[in-house]
Amino acid sequence: MYIDPHIHMLARTTADYEAMAAAGVVAVIEPAFWIGQPRTSVGSYIDYLSTLVGWERFRAAQFGVRHYCSIGLNSKEANNERLAEAVMEILPRFLLKEGVVAVGEIGYDEQTPAEDKYFRAQLELAKELGMLVQIHTPHRDKKRGTSRSMAVCLEHKLKPDRVIVDHNNEETVREVLDLGFWAAFTIYPRTKMGNERMVEIVRQYGSDLIFINSSADWGVSDPLAVPKTAQLMRERGIAEEHVRRVTYDNALAAFAAGGQMAESHWLSPPAIDQRTLFEGNSVLRGGQEPRVETKRSAKERMLIE
Amino acid sequence: MATPAELLQRWLRRQLPGDAADWLEAQALAVGDAATDRALFLAISLVHRRIGKADLALSAADTAAAEAARPGWRPAGWSLDQAARIFLLLAAGGPAARFAERLEQLFATADVGELIAFYRGLPLYPEQPRYVERAAEGVRTNMKAVFEAVAHDNPYPAEQFSEHRWNQMVVKALFIGSTLHPIEGLERRWNRDLTRMLCDYAHERWAAGRTVSYELWRGVGHHADKAAIDDLARVFDSGAPIERQAAALALGESPHGEAASILSRDPILAAAVRGGQISWEGLAAKHLSPS
Repeated sequence: MYIDPHIHMLARTTADYEAMAAAGVVAVIEPAFWIGQPRTSVGSYIDYLSTLVGWERFRAAQFGVRHYCSIGLNSKEANNERLAEAVMEILPRFLLKEGVVAVGEIGYDEQTPAEDKYFRAQLELAKELGMLVQIHTPHRDKKRGTSRSMAVCLEHKLKPDRVIVDHNNEETVREVLDLGFWAAFTIYPRTKMGNERMVEIVRQYGSDLIFINSSADWGVSDPLAVPKTAQLMRERGIAEEHVRRVTYDNALAAFAAGGQMAESHWLSPPAIDQRTLFEGNSVLRGGQEPRVETKRSAKERMLIE
Repeated sequence: MATPAELLQRWLRRQLPGDAADWLEAQALAVGDAATDRALFLAISLVHRRIGKADLALSAADTAAAEAARPGWRPAGWSLDQAARIFLLLAAGGPAARFAERLEQLFATADVGELIAFYRGLPLYPEQPRYVERAAEGVRTNMKAVFEAVAHDNPYPAEQFSEHRWNQMVVKALFIGSTLHPIEGLERRWNRDLTRMLCDYAHERWAAGRTVSYELWRGVGHHADKAAIDDLARVFDSGAPIERQAAALALGESPHGEAASILSRDPILAAAVRGGQISWEGLAAKHLSPS
């Protein structure tokens, strides 16, 4: 079993869900982020967040994958202050929804004053509502941005074990672990971590407080990054116990602390059977038969009925 | 006689642990005279954490009280969180226009569980015709559980939908693999156009080598023209056992001149229909899901 605790499923297809379920991914967390281009009104933000707590969760369940999300104002759009103010107004209406595991992904992009202002405001909101925080660390000036993100969390009296610091690399991991924050790594081609580097990180730092995700989205990315990296770790001689902690246990421990995610959600419902999950579905469009777990030959898989 | 809000409060108080019921009633008081909707929005979102999702436990007397308070209201399948959310909504009260506006805002930011609750609450909201467009939006959903919150065990569609909307809802129920028997007013609102739409749908499915739910034939008999009678004959002669029973029932109900002679082709089924051994309710109880 795997958990992908950071993936933007809204940008992915049902084929991805099928492949993830087949590879053993049982639960995903979709942090609210931008959508590749800036939103121009709070209305489209509301619709986006509604989709995360509504349709996307339902869609995932059709494939036997449990969908959770974190809700927040991302750092890029924090720079549009008119939009940002309006989003801050409506965030409390989403943060307490079922399956919202954290305030996130929030933090810095260019580390502007506006980003700082709304990052802090959301940390206060997390404290008020007793929620976890999922932090996006910046691509540029990463080391400094990561240190600063953690310093601001501590300044706002958030406990490190209630904060997930995401998109780490070889340069940031030491400090994150030393301060006791959760250290998440994103296996994302070209721009973030490759999975061979990840194997070496686990070899060097072990598996305490460390877990991985795909952050797959509308870019060149891989929704199977977690299971593939698990396999690579095994092949390269990482002990099974560490593999499991980095690809399942730690993500579960980190996010279950918010009270909205539990192993029983995917262990107790029936096996992957779309006729019962979430009371069936309509993603399959009227005529198609629900997918029940059966073995099909390669030839059968060619047929589109 | 108790109002729906009073009944909900009574049932929740009876079933919830004391502190949860206290919390809920305190929220209801607070939202009742609130200047803004913020407290209501937060309380409704908090329900899943505070109240849980166990089934609302109702006795026969409770469901009778529901029917007396609001004819057609069937809270028997509700869960505690749904009951609590509707209780809070009703407690917030206010003029009907304000109520509708507030509910529309709640719909705009609802999660799946909330959508189901708000649609199930439709028959309890003030000035019922205000919610026709909202209910139609619920029918338009791709989420089956949300669709069924409007369509099943809910008197609202039969009371408020135009024939066109009604027919869309019934056909969609079959299209998405849902069931017809929990639809309130199904037989009363069956009509000639619906029969035509359903028969067309059956032909589409057959042409694609697929089956249709036996429930499709439920109201066809009463409104059957020659084409529909031919369809019933086809199902009666060559359908699966449950489809043949359904076709027999439809033929038994049909005033069409040819119905009786088709039915008599199978004396055993014909006798079972006349003797009441087969009924739509009986078929529904035996076959909880279609096909």
